[in-house]
Amino acid sequence: MKPYAYFPGCSLESLAKSYHLSAIEVAQELGVELKEIEDWNCCGATAYFPVDELLAYTLVARNLAIAEKEGFLDFVAPCSGCYKNAYFTNAYLQKDQDLAEHINYALEADNLHFEGTMRVRHLIEVFIDDVGLDEIEKKVSHPLKGLRVAPYYGCQLVRPRKDDEDVENPQFFEGLLSAIGAEPVEYASKTRCCGGSLIITNRKAALDMVHKLLKDAAYSHTDVIATTCPMCNVNLEVYQNQVNQEFGTNFSIPVMYFTQIMGMALGIQPGRLGIGKELVYGATLRNM
Amino acid sequence: MTAELSFSKEINNLMYASHGKPIKDCLQCGVCSGTCPAVEFMDHSPRELIGMIGADLKGDVLASNTFWSCASCFHCTVRCPAGIDIADMMYALKRYSIWKGQYQEGLIGPDFSEGFVKMIVNSGRSFEPILAVTYLPKFSARDLIQEAITATGLVLKGQMPLLPKKIKRLKNFQQMVRRIIPIGGTS
Repeated sequence: MKPYAYFPGCSLESLAKSYHLSAIEVAQELGVELKEIEDWNCCGATAYFPVDELLAYTLVARNLAIAEKEGFLDFVAPCSGCYKNAYFTNAYLQKDQDLAEHINYALEADNLHFEGTMRVRHLIEVFIDDVGLDEIEKKVSHPLKGLRVAPYYGCQLVRPRKDDEDVENPQFFEGLLSAIGAEPVEYASKTRCCGGSLIITNRKAALDMVHKLLKDAAYSHTDVIATTCPMCNVNLEVYQNQVNQEFGTNFSIPVMYFTQIMGMALGIQPGRLGIGKELVYGATLRNM
Repeated sequence: MTAELSFSKEINNLMYASHGKPIKDCLQCGVCSGTCPAVEFMDHSPRELIGMIGADLKGDVLASNTFWSCASCFHCTVRCPAGIDIADMMYALKRYSIWKGQYQEGLIGPDFSEGFVKMIVNSGRSFEPILAVTYLPKFSARDLIQEAITATGLVLKGQMPLLPKKIKRLKNFQQMVRRIIPIGGTS
C-alpha cells in the first residue's frame, strides 16, 4: 500500500490526543502507513467560513498543496470537520478553474500550487475500503463479544452528500464494528448532530442536542458510543456531566474514538490507545 | 441607472463555490425546519427565514438569531427537495451580517468566528485556551463556572494543552492570507 498523507488537525494535538495515538497504533497494526504532512495549518473548522469563503478555501488548499508537493495520492483526515473541509475544497477547486486560479495566486506566497491530483479520505474510509473488513477481521485477537457499541456517524463524515452515498442510513460503521466482534447498536440518532461548535456559541441548544443523543443511546442499551470526530467526542463525553446537571439525568455512557475500540480488538495495550484519559469510564470497559 | 441588487440575490451571490440551487427555488415545504436539530432555539425556522429572504425583509433577517444557531450539520442541505444548500446559505448570512456589523446583541457566534480567524492568522493553528478569551466574557456566571470545572477536569486528565503551537512558515502563510483579505497588524 502507498503511504497516505496524514492531516491530524489541531484537535488531535490537544483535546483529542487519544484519537491521534490510537489512529497511529491501529494504522500501524493494519499496515497502513500514515505520514504527517509538513507544516500544516488549521483547516478553518466551521468558524472560518462565516468570515470569508475564499480565505477558508485558501487555508484548506494550502494543506492539500503541501501533500501534493510531497507526492501523495491520498489525503487522510481523522477529524470529520477537517475531512469535510478538505473533501469539498478539493472538489470545488478541481471543477472551478477560476476559483483554483484565485487561490493559487495566494498559495504562491508560500511557494505552493494546487493541482487537484489527490483523493481526500476519512480515516475510517481507509480502514474499511483499502484495508478491508476481511483483513481487519483476520487481525482481531480480542473480539469484542457482547459489547454493544453505538456507531455515531455525526454530521460531516456523511454530509453534505458525496456522489451517491447513503446519507440517511449509512451502514459502513456497523460493518466495521461487526468485523471486530462487537454488537452494533441500532438507534435513530446515529447521524443526528451533536451540536458542534454551538457548545461554545449557543450552549443551551448544544446541551439539548447532546441530551437527545445520550438519551437515545441509553434507551438502546449502549455500552459505549464510538465516534469518528473530536468535536463529537468532546461534546458527548466532556459535556455529559453538564447535561446531567441541566436535565436531571444520570448518564454515564463511555464515549471512545472508533480507533480506540478497534485497537482493543486488535490487542493493542489500552495505554497506547490513550484509554484512561476519559472523564466517563464505564464499568463494562473496565472489565474487558 | 442600474437597479440595486435585491437582498436575496446578494445572499445568493455569497454562496459562491457550492453551486447550490438559488434560494428562489424554495417550495416552502418545511423539510429543513422539520429536520433541523436546533430549530427550537431559533427565532425563525429555516423555512420561515428563507421566506423572509425571498420577501427581502433584510432588517428582520439580520436581526434573527437563526443562522447563528446553525451547527453546520448539513441535514437540511441533503434533504432539501429543491436542492438548495441551506447550510451554506446560513454561512452566507453569517458572512453578510459580519461584514455589515449587524447582528442580534448578545450573540457569541460573531465574536467567536472573528476571534477564530485572528487566532489562525496569528499562528496558523487553532488552540482552545486562547480562543476561550474571545467568548468567555459573554458567558453567564453559571456557564462560566461550569466551563471552569470542565476545563479543570481536562487539565487534570492531561487532555488540555497549556502551550499554543505555531506553524513554521508563518510569514509566508500571513502573506498568503493578505492576498485574499486585507489584514492589519498580526501580533
